[in-house]
Amino acid sequence: MLSYLIRRLIAAAGLVVVISMITFAIFYVAPRIGGATSESMASRYVGRSATGATVEQIAERLGFNDPIPVQYWNWAKGVVVGTTYDYGAGVEKCPAPCLGYSFRTQQPVLPEIKRRIPITFSLAIGAAFLWVVSGVAVGVLSALKRGSIFDRIAMTVALAGVSMPIFWTGLISLSYFSYTLGWTPPGASYVPLTENPLKWAHGLLLPWITLALLFSAQYARLTRAGMLETMGEDYIRTARAKGLRERTVVMKHGLRGALTPIVTIFGLDFGLLIGGAVLTETVFGLPGLGQLAIQGTKNNDLPQVLGVVLLAALFVAVANLVVDLLYAVVDPRVRAK
Amino acid sequence: MTELSTLDSGPAALEPQEEAAALADTEGDIKGRSLSQIAWRKLRRDKIALTGAFVIIFLILVAICAPLIVKLVGGSPYEYHQELVDPAIGPYGTFGGMSSAHPLGVEPINGRDIFSRVLYGARISLLIAVLSTILSVAIGTVMGIVAGFFGGWVDAIISRVMDMFLAFPLLVFALALSGVFPNEAFGLSGLTLRITLLVFVIGFFNWPYIGRIIRGQTLSLREREYVEAARSLGARRPYILFTELLPNLVAPILVYSTLIIPTNILFEAALSFLGVGIQPPTPTWGGMLSDAVQFYTLPYFMLWPGLAIFVTVLAFNLFGDGLRDAFDPRSR
Repeated sequence: MLSYLIRRLIAAAGLVVVISMITFAIFYVAPRIGGATSESMASRYVGRSATGATVEQIAERLGFNDPIPVQYWNWAKGVVVGTTYDYGAGVEKCPAPCLGYSFRTQQPVLPEIKRRIPITFSLAIGAAFLWVVSGVAVGVLSALKRGSIFDRIAMTVALAGVSMPIFWTGLISLSYFSYTLGWTPPGASYVPLTENPLKWAHGLLLPWITLALLFSAQYARLTRAGMLETMGEDYIRTARAKGLRERTVVMKHGLRGALTPIVTIFGLDFGLLIGGAVLTETVFGLPGLGQLAIQGTKNNDLPQVLGVVLLAALFVAVANLVVDLLYAVVDPRVRAK
Repeated sequence: MTELSTLDSGPAALEPQEEAAALADTEGDIKGRSLSQIAWRKLRRDKIALTGAFVIIFLILVAICAPLIVKLVGGSPYEYHQELVDPAIGPYGTFGGMSSAHPLGVEPINGRDIFSRVLYGARISLLIAVLSTILSVAIGTVMGIVAGFFGGWVDAIISRVMDMFLAFPLLVFALALSGVFPNEAFGLSGLTLRITLLVFVIGFFNWPYIGRIIRGQTLSLREREYVEAARSLGARRPYILFTELLPNLVAPILVYSTLIIPTNILFEAALSFLGVGIQPPTPTWGGMLSDAVQFYTLPYFMLWPGLAIFVTVLAFNLFGDGLRDAFDPRSR
C-alpha cells in the first residue's frame, strides 16, 4: 500500500512539472517559432513611445534574453525556495512558493490567486453536487426503465444538453431569469459564503444550474450505459436469486458496479473545474481563477497564466490521487498491480 | 471530459472481437463489404440518425452556397445598417428588427444583418471543425496503432502522454496558445493564420480521445489468429499494420471522427467566444455570442448564433450515435 501511494505521488508530481513546462514552452517557444524575438516580446510590456534602450531593459528584467531552460529554472526555483524580484526601483523578497510577479501590474501572483480560489471553488462544489445527484438518478432510472417514455425523454434531453454550448445556455438563462424575471441577482454578483450564506447561494444558483445541466447530461448518459452493463452481470442474477429486495439489488449491487467509472471521471472533471471554469465564469462575470487565466492570456501575462495552470494541474493531480486511493481501498486487485 | 466535451463511451462502443471475427472468418473482400452493408442497412432504418445526416448535408450545402444565398436575402455580413437601429435601445421593429430584407433581424449598434452572419459563421465553424478533426484523427490513429501494436515501453510512453493530455486544463492551454502568436507568423497573416492556428490548436488537443480508442482496438486485434497467421507466413510489420489491422480499424475511426467534430465545433465556438479565436469582423458563432454578452436585454441577438451551434452539434451527435450503433454487432 505504501509503495503504491509513493508511486502515485511521484506520478502526480511528474504531471504537475510537465504541465508547467509545457505552459512555459507555449509562451516562450511557440512565439519564437512564429518569428518573434526577445525585443518584440518585451515591447508588448512597454508604452508605445518606448525607446530601444527601455525595451532592452525590460527584456533583460523579465529574463527574455536568457535561454529558455534557464528562464524555466528561475521560475521553478522561485516556486520551490522563493526568490527576489527587482522591479526597477528596489528589490523585494518573494518567499516560497513564489509564483512570480505579474508582467503587467508588477504585483505578486500568489495573493491574487488565493483571493480567487473561494469563488471558483464555490462554483464547482455546488454545481458538482447538483450534477452528480441529478445525473446519476436520471441515469439509473433510465437504465431500469429502458425503452420507456421516461428513458426516451431523459436521453433526448441529455443529448440536447451535451449539444448546447454552456456559454449560450448561460447567456439565455441570465437574460431571462435575472434580467427579465429578476429571480436571481444579475451577473458579477458574488457574495462570500462567510459574509452571507443565503446571498452566496442565491447569487451562484444560476451558474450552478447552468454548469450542472451540461455535466448531468453527460453523467446521465454514462450512468445509464454503466447500469445497463452491470445489471446484465451474473452477480445481479445471483443477488436476485438469493431473494434480495429489488431495491437492494439495484442500489447495493448494480449501482456500486456502475459507479466506479463515474468516480474516475468525476475526479478529473472536478479537478479541472476547480482549476477554472473559464466559460461559466466569463458568462456570469464571476471573478474566479478562469477569469484570471483569460486576463493573463489576453495581456500576455505569463506568470499569471502559469500560476493558474500550475494550480489547475495540482488540483487535477490531487483529485486523481484521491480517486486512485479510493480505488485501492475498494478494490484489492489495484494494490497488487 | 471538460466544460466542452460531448464525447463519452456510450453503451454501444464497438466490440472488436466479434467484429474482427466477422471479418476474419473468410477473405476480407466479400465479408468486409457485407459488414458495411449490414451497417448501411441498419443506418437506413435509423430515422434519427438519418435526420442528423440530412441536417449535416444541408448545413454543408448552406455553408458552401452562403455567398449566393446572402445575395438573395440579407445582404453582406459586413455591411452596416445604422438607419435600422436605435443606438440607445436596439433594432427598430419587433423580434430584433426582423423584416423580409433581414429575416433574423439586425445587430444592435451597427445593424449588420444577422442572417448572413450566421450563414457565414457556418463556413468558419465547419471548416475549422472538419480540418481539426482530420488532424486529431490522423495523430490519434497513428499514436493509437503504434502504442497498441508495439506495446512495451512505446505503449507506456504514449499512454502516459495521452493520460496527461486528458488531465490538462485544455481550454486554458488553447487560450494561451492562440493568444501568444503575433498577427503574422509562419509566413501567414490575418484570417488564414487564425484559421490555421485554430485547426492546429484544436486538432492537437483532441487527439488522445481517439488515440485511446484506437489503441484499445489495436491491442485486441493484434492477438487475433489472422494476424498471427500473417506473421507466421513471414509478413513484415508494415504489411500487418496496413493490410491486416488498418482495414479493421476503419469503422471505429469513422464513428469517432463523427463524434469528435461536434466537440471541435464547441471548442472553436468557445475560443471565439473568449476572444482568442477568429478575430472580428469575420463572423463566427462564438464571436457573435461574445458580442451578445453586452446586450443581454436583447434576447434575439443571442438566440440565433447559439441555435446554429446547437443544431449543428446535435446533428453530428445524432448521426455519430447512429453510426456507432450501426457498426455495433450487438445491436439489432
